[in-house]
Amino acid sequence: MNITVTANGAEHTADVEPRRLLVDFIRSTLKLTGTHIGCDTTSCGVCTVLLDGTPVKSCTMFAVQANGRSITTVEGLKQNGALSPIQEAFKEHHGLQCGFCTPAMMLVGSALIEENPDPSEDEVRWAISGNLCRCTGYVNIVKSIRAAAAATKEGAST
Amino acid sequence: MYPAKFDYLAPESLEETLSILAEHGSDVKILAGGQSLIPMMKLRFARPATLVDVNRLPDLDKIERVNGHISIGALVRHNDVVKSDLITDHNALMASAAPWVADPIVRNLGTVCGSVAHHDPEGDWASVMLALGAEVVATSKEGHEHFHPGADGDRLSGGSRVVPIESFLVDMFTTSLHPSEMITEIRVPTYERGGGSYQKLERKVGDYATVGVAAHLELDADDKISKAGLALTSVAPSNMKVTEAEAMLVGEEPSEALFAEAGNIASRACDPTSDVRGSADYKRHVVDVFTRRGLSDALEVAQGGQG
Repeated sequence: MNITVTANGAEHTADVEPRRLLVDFIRSTLKLTGTHIGCDTTSCGVCTVLLDGTPVKSCTMFAVQANGRSITTVEGLKQNGALSPIQEAFKEHHGLQCGFCTPAMMLVGSALIEENPDPSEDEVRWAISGNLCRCTGYVNIVKSIRAAAAATKEGAST
Repeated sequence: MYPAKFDYLAPESLEETLSILAEHGSDVKILAGGQSLIPMMKLRFARPATLVDVNRLPDLDKIERVNGHISIGALVRHNDVVKSDLITDHNALMASAAPWVADPIVRNLGTVCGSVAHHDPEGDWASVMLALGAEVVATSKEGHEHFHPGADGDRLSGGSRVVPIESFLVDMFTTSLHPSEMITEIRVPTYERGGGSYQKLERKVGDYATVGVAAHLELDADDKISKAGLALTSVAPSNMKVTEAEAMLVGEEPSEALFAEAGNIASRACDPTSDVRGSADYKRHVVDVFTRRGLSDALEVAQGGQG
């Protein structure tokens, strides 16, 4: 089946088998390998991408379901070639150790900030509770997301 | 993990969807949120020949108050319930359960109606709906072909079969939904003075409940209990309505002693098994505590005038 998906602002048309998982479409067809595959059972959240701005687990969706819709992956976070506030904050606050969960954490964080510009620590922890960090580096992930929120707010007001 | 091959259809109208269901019968599965169906297909527990993706159907994503009930459309996601002011203001039990379903990302796709249709015996929504006395609206092309007057409380409404939740849920992973039918809506009765609470013990976010208790109370003008709903998750072969406790509560003045009696009844009525989440004795004890706690919280909301 022919589908057209907008990924990080660019339109792609491809012929996919209906059972093709969205995560494999993203990684193998679109060659956007920043989206990872972890548990493959809807538990770990490392395959999270934004579907029309909303976080979804791309291992639990078929590519055909994204037909006509827009997805954002970690590769789409950078702004005008520079790191976005969330990427900058993860770098600054050591929000990653092994880095495997990082793309998903940053996407979930950016979606949260979009909805709630000033999230409390509890709200951040609640928002990332569908995403596992096997290094257990949650303290700095939470710190990074909150710092990104503050930086985004500051950026918007200047 | 990859599912077996299937044909994919993405109709844009309900009429088209119902025609597909009528034509394909039991070889077709409806894909809404897919958060249970797709994992089952990946494990090849489910191998539908055809998937009919209903996500493009219009008007099914609404939560509305109509004719004495709140209508939850087939495409209402768990997170839509979390964010709904109507639910927050008018259905405390649903409002308290929604944030505990799965995890925040799964909640963005998974649907309430899909969860009830799937009827995982450890799902949260079926208990909530049992406690609330909800009705399931099953729609098919012919409308009435599966309707048997008098059978299990079925009735017809606008060409759809309206089924009380108790007779809709047959057994684990089994409902009375016919393959040619689709759940288009779940109806939850509205109330004047009432409240509810969902108590869930889970080892971690996204896990099934170790124990879940759905409690709902309504009060009359004399502050006596006019309606009570109590249902349990994960402590019996399937979601379990504790009718004995419900009947005992109705007509009584709410008190700690009364709720303790309900807790007693519920912990005796349930049938938990010892597993990795806890021993049967432990779960039985939690049912007792959660029943008392859930009813107290429900009462507090009801007395707060939330309706």
